[in-house]
Amino acid sequence: MSSGKKLLLMGRSGSGKSSMRSIIFSNYSAFDTRRLGATIDVEHSNLRFLNNMTLNLWDCGGQDIFMENFLNNDNSNNQSSNTSSNVFHKCEVLIHVFDVESKEVQKDIDTFKRVLSNLKKYSPNVKIFILIHKMDLIQVNKRQELFDLMFDKLKSIALDEYGFHIRGFATSIWDESLYKAWSSIVCSLIPNVSVYERYLSKLNEILNAREIILFEKTTFLVISSTKRIVDSAKRDDLDPKRFEKISNIIKTYKQSVNKIRTNFSNLILHGNNSSIYLEILTSNIYIMIIMNNDNAQTAEATKQEDAASPKIIHYQLNDENLVLQDIKIARDLFEKIEREK
Amino acid sequence: MDYIDSPAQSRATILLMGLRRSGKSSICKVVFHNVRPLDTLYLESTTKPTTESFKSLIDLAVVELPGQLNLFEPSLYDSEKLFSSIGALVYVIDSQDEYLSALQNLAVIIKYAVSINPRIHIEVLIHKIDGLSEDFRLDTQRDIMQRVGDDLLDYGLEGVQISFYLTSIFDHSIYEAFSRIVQKLIYELPALENMLDLLMQYSNFDKVFLFDINSKIYVATDSSPVDIQTYEVCAEFIDVTIDLDGLYQISHKQKSNQIMASETSGSNTNMDLFSATEPTKCISKLQNGVTLYLHQMIRGLALVGVNRLEDGDDATSISVIDHNVAIFKKSLEKMWERSKLS
Repeated sequence: MSSGKKLLLMGRSGSGKSSMRSIIFSNYSAFDTRRLGATIDVEHSNLRFLNNMTLNLWDCGGQDIFMENFLNNDNSNNQSSNTSSNVFHKCEVLIHVFDVESKEVQKDIDTFKRVLSNLKKYSPNVKIFILIHKMDLIQVNKRQELFDLMFDKLKSIALDEYGFHIRGFATSIWDESLYKAWSSIVCSLIPNVSVYERYLSKLNEILNAREIILFEKTTFLVISSTKRIVDSAKRDDLDPKRFEKISNIIKTYKQSVNKIRTNFSNLILHGNNSSIYLEILTSNIYIMIIMNNDNAQTAEATKQEDAASPKIIHYQLNDENLVLQDIKIARDLFEKIEREK
Repeated sequence: MDYIDSPAQSRATILLMGLRRSGKSSICKVVFHNVRPLDTLYLESTTKPTTESFKSLIDLAVVELPGQLNLFEPSLYDSEKLFSSIGALVYVIDSQDEYLSALQNLAVIIKYAVSINPRIHIEVLIHKIDGLSEDFRLDTQRDIMQRVGDDLLDYGLEGVQISFYLTSIFDHSIYEAFSRIVQKLIYELPALENMLDLLMQYSNFDKVFLFDINSKIYVATDSSPVDIQTYEVCAEFIDVTIDLDGLYQISHKQKSNQIMASETSGSNTNMDLFSATEPTKCISKLQNGVTLYLHQMIRGLALVGVNRLEDGDDATSISVIDHNVAIFKKSLEKMWERSKLS
C-alpha cells in the first residue's frame, strides 16, 4: 500500500472533504452527499488511476479531537502514539479544504499553519493545494473578491513562514469547479504528462481537430488536451470552463446509464457546428475529439469552390469512418505508453 | 377516444388547478422552465391566473389558476368561457397534506366543468408522493380514487372518466404524467404511434420516443409499454447531447468573422452557411450492447430510440436506421403540413 502516492485531505469538520471524495471517486451525485456522516479518524482509500498509479487518499476527519490527535504529539515525545509522524510522513500532496462560510476563520488558519509546520518537518517536498469550498453559498459577484482575499492571505502565510508555494481553487460541489480543481491536482501527479502531450499533438496534426481532450476513465478528470500545447491565440473563443463542464456532463450521463445497470462505451454527436467523438482510447483513458463541422470548414471548403457542395451531404459518414480509424491507430500508440511506464 | 376539435381555437390548453400550496407553480417551473426542483421551495404564491404557451408538436398553453381562488366569483374572469375552451383539466392534490377539502373542491369543479364542456379530459395528479413510503402511495391512491368516485356518484356523474397519476417533481414521474396528458390532446396521435411502430419494427428498436427537447415530455411513443428507467436515460441523453453541442457552438462574433472572410475572398457562399446545417444526430453505445440513438426532427422535437444491435455489423445497421429515420421525418413533415391545411 505504500507504493502509491499519498494524498492528505484535511480541513476543519464539516467543510466538505468527504463529499468531494465521494463525488470525484465514488460516483455520488451532489445530492447524495447529504447522507454522508462525519468521518471518524482517517479513512483510507486506494484508488487506481491510469493503470499504474495508485493514489492513497487519506481523508482525515476534521473534528477538533481528531485534529488535535494528528497535530499535537509532534512537540510531545513520540512515544504516546505516532499518529502525527504517521499521517504526515512521505506525503506527496496536501489538499486543505476551507469552508467559505466558516465562522472561525482564525482557527481555520491556525490549523492550516500547524499542518504546514508538520509537513515541513516530515515531508518537505509536498505539493500543497487549498480549496475554498462551498462557494455556491456566496453571491456570484462577491465570489472572486472573497477568494482573492483568502487566497492571498494563505499564500503569504505559506510562503513567508514555511516556504511552501501553494495553489488555490474556489470550489463547489454543485457546479463544475470541483472537477477543475481535482483535475489540476491529479495532473500534477502524473509523471509523464509530456509524453501524452507529444502524442496528442501528433494526433492532432493528422486529424486537424478543433480540440482533443484526454480523460481518465473512472473519474473523468481531464488529463491532457491540445489546448495546453497549441497557443491559445489561434483558438476560438470557447467557454473557458468547458473541460470541467464536459466532465460534469459525462459523469451525470454515466450515473443515469448506471441505472439500467450498464456503462457507456462511446458517443458520437453530429451537432450544429461540430462533430464530437467520445471513445475509449486505452483501458484507462477516454479520448474526446471535436472536429469542425461543415459550417466551420468553409474556410477550407471555399477554396475548393463548388466541388465541395455535393460533398457536404455525404461528409458525415466518410468523415466518421476516417476519425474512427485514426482513433484505432492512436489506441495502439497510447497503450504502448501505458505499458512502458 | 374523443378529441377537442373546436375549429375556433388553434391550440390545446391545459388548465392547472388545485388548492393553494399544492405545488402547481412548481410543476410548471420544473417541467417547462428547467428549474431545479429544490429551487421551487422559494416560489411566491401565485395571485392571478397565468398563461404560458409552448410551441411543440402542438401549440400548447398551460393556464395556472391561483389556489385560493373562489371559482364562482363571476367578477374575476369569465369562468364559463375558460372552461369551454380548455382541452384538459389537471387538478393537483397534495398527498402529504389532509386532502379531504381538496377532494370536495375537486368534485365541485368537475361538476361545473362537465356541465360546460362534456368532452374535457379530467386528470388528477396525486402530488408530492416523494414523501410517502412505497406501500402508502398505493393506499393513498386507492383512497382518493374511492372518494372521488363516491362524490361523483352523489352528483349523479358516474360516467365521467378521470385519470389518476402519482407524481413528484423530484423524479421523472411528473414528466411521465404530463406526457400522458399532452398526448391525449394530440389529434394525430394514433397515426404517429403507428408510424413509430413501423419504424421500430424495421429498425430493430426496442423503444422509440418522440421527445419535445425543451420540456423532456414525450409526445408519442411506440405501443410497447413504457419503462420509466428507459425514459429517464433517454431524457438524460437529450441533455447530454444539447449540453455538449452547446459547448462547442461557434459564437456569433466568430460566425460574422467567417462571413466576412468568405466575402473578402470573393465567394458568396454565406447563404448556405446557415442553410446547410445538418440535423443534430447523436449515437452512444453502452457496454451491454444497447445503443442510444437521437435524431433531430421538426419543431423542436427529437426522436430518441433504444436499440439492441447484434455484434459486428454496426455501421450497416446504423445506416439502415438513418435511412428509416429520414423517411419517418419526411412523413412527419408531410403529416404536419396536412394538419395545418385542414
